[in-house]
Amino acid sequence: MKSLTLPFHLGEDNGDRSRLGMAMLVVLTLLLVIACLISLGSGPTGADLGHLWLYLTGRSAELAVQERVVLEAVRLPRTALGVLVGAGLGVSGAMMQGLFRNPLADPGIVGVTSGAALFAVAGIVLGASVLAPVSMLLGSHFLPLMAFLGGLLNTWVLYLIATRDGETSTSKLILSGIAVGALSLAAMGLLIFMADDRQLRDITFWNLGSLGGATFTRVLSILPFVAVVTGIIPFVARGLDALILGDAAAFHMGIPVQRLKRLVILAVAAACGATVAVAGSIGFVGIVVPHLLRLVIGPSHRFLLPGSALGGAALLLIADSVARTIVSPAELPIGIITALFGAPVFLMLLLGRKGGAGMGGL
Amino acid sequence: MQAFLKTGFLALLLAAPLPGAAAFASDGQNPKAQRIVSIGGTVTEILYALGAEDRIVAVDSTSSYPPGTRGKADVGYMRALSAEGILGKTPDLILTEDGAGPPDALSILKASEIPVVTIDTPPEGSAIAKKIRDVGHAVGLDDKAAVLADKTDRDLKALSETVAKLPEKRKRVLFVLSLAGGRIMAGGKETEAAAIIEMAGGINAADGISGYKPLTDEAVIGARPDVILVMQSGNHGVKPDEVFALPAFQSTPAAATRSLIQMDGLLLLGFGPRTPEAGRALAAHLYPEAFPG
Repeated sequence: MKSLTLPFHLGEDNGDRSRLGMAMLVVLTLLLVIACLISLGSGPTGADLGHLWLYLTGRSAELAVQERVVLEAVRLPRTALGVLVGAGLGVSGAMMQGLFRNPLADPGIVGVTSGAALFAVAGIVLGASVLAPVSMLLGSHFLPLMAFLGGLLNTWVLYLIATRDGETSTSKLILSGIAVGALSLAAMGLLIFMADDRQLRDITFWNLGSLGGATFTRVLSILPFVAVVTGIIPFVARGLDALILGDAAAFHMGIPVQRLKRLVILAVAAACGATVAVAGSIGFVGIVVPHLLRLVIGPSHRFLLPGSALGGAALLLIADSVARTIVSPAELPIGIITALFGAPVFLMLLLGRKGGAGMGGL
Repeated sequence: MQAFLKTGFLALLLAAPLPGAAAFASDGQNPKAQRIVSIGGTVTEILYALGAEDRIVAVDSTSSYPPGTRGKADVGYMRALSAEGILGKTPDLILTEDGAGPPDALSILKASEIPVVTIDTPPEGSAIAKKIRDVGHAVGLDDKAAVLADKTDRDLKALSETVAKLPEKRKRVLFVLSLAGGRIMAGGKETEAAAIIEMAGGINAADGISGYKPLTDEAVIGARPDVILVMQSGNHGVKPDEVFALPAFQSTPAAATRSLIQMDGLLLLGFGPRTPEAGRALAAHLYPEAFPG
């Protein structure tokens, strides 16, 4: 399985790197604040930051009903959701890449996305027939809950398959992930065959991802999961750094490898399950952001993980602002924007770094 | 902060699914509306037919008839609407079909105190008149709508009387939604296609399936269609030679008589004011002897 892993080179974690890392975090925080303001202040209606100021300072009586509704029911929850989803995707991607020692690993590798997609499609297709009672009961929370459940279930199954004698093999996890992924794809094909025209379009739109359904309920519902995955950063950063040298080396450095793997996999699965549930599958954020950061501040997870959270949030907010305004009054699915922006940047990075060092910058 | 918490709570309330999301035409209307956002091809078509064209500020992507709709702003696909995008057009009435959504977007629209009227649109000839009256009522054109609805009902009745007098031997019609890559996607039971075929006095040949599904070649042969019905796409239709060259169609009765009917998709499947016309046109294609001229 060695062939799947690419060599990571630990940058010397000296003072320069530390200063650079800190500086990067400050820059990213500023970027995120700017992205928040852009997201809150732009949109197809006239509501702008001036209105937002009135609203936040308790003078919402001076606003028209429409402006108030746009600010409080559309822009605020949407921006909050964008921050959480982006941060969750960014940090999850970085953690997975560290855990699997593979720069191309994304949370999908532990089956979250395929499981979530399968359950979401099942929800869309069967929501009016077999699953109708559940769907009626849960209302608009039905689809997110289905996706979340599917993501966690799939990861749990994969984890059980890959764990023998209390030891989780990452290579087994990847391989069984491919098999289980193929299986869910087949099941999804079956459901798509059963679907009618309308459901097919729903599936397509779900797959492209969107922050469109943002409400404060959704924000609150994914908050704990994103809080956990970002909250464990200080506890896993050193372990992930050590893991770059291999499981055995990390173990001898005193890292509880198995516990680390379990913690990271579960936290990432929960966070990604939650983000996929509320926003559909949004690609590329989890790969592009950590990759860009590694090029600048090196592979140390101490800065890479929080940086990926901040950068992911900023990238997603900017992408969403574009998605909302570019074809107004309609709305472009955000997955299109992140991939349109992400893929070329990714290619440029790869091509710009000639020679074997291309991926080795990780 | 307090204001934020308070409004957060309000937003939570907004987020809760509204009871009876499939609202009826009576729960909101604005007879004087001058900035209507029309969502759904049939609703838009009815508004145009009622002469309310100038009062429409935006339509959705399924509203493709009449051609004038292309000049209106497009709010996107009716099941993936953006609440703020629609609010950006400062509408004073939003007309939708059942199935428009997502529900969150609709509840935001309702919260912003803009009347939202949802029209029930089942694919049945008998339901068209009610659709027209509902739309007319919502925009304050009850009289015009009543005239159009009565005319539609009369036309449908006239068509069904003509169809009833047709010879006993009815034609078996296979509606083919797409022929991409030689794979035949046919219209089965419970589709708009089945309804219009029946209205025109035909028999849906693909009654073994429900919905639009791919058929195997053998199933097509087994369906013994006398006529193949396809949608016209743009200006270049399908050529009969191409269709009947497919192995599935070669041995069908339709191939022997080279019976291929092409009709505009929205006209055929829209179930709006033009449906009597569509049914009559299809019937005339099927039984030319019964419809002279």
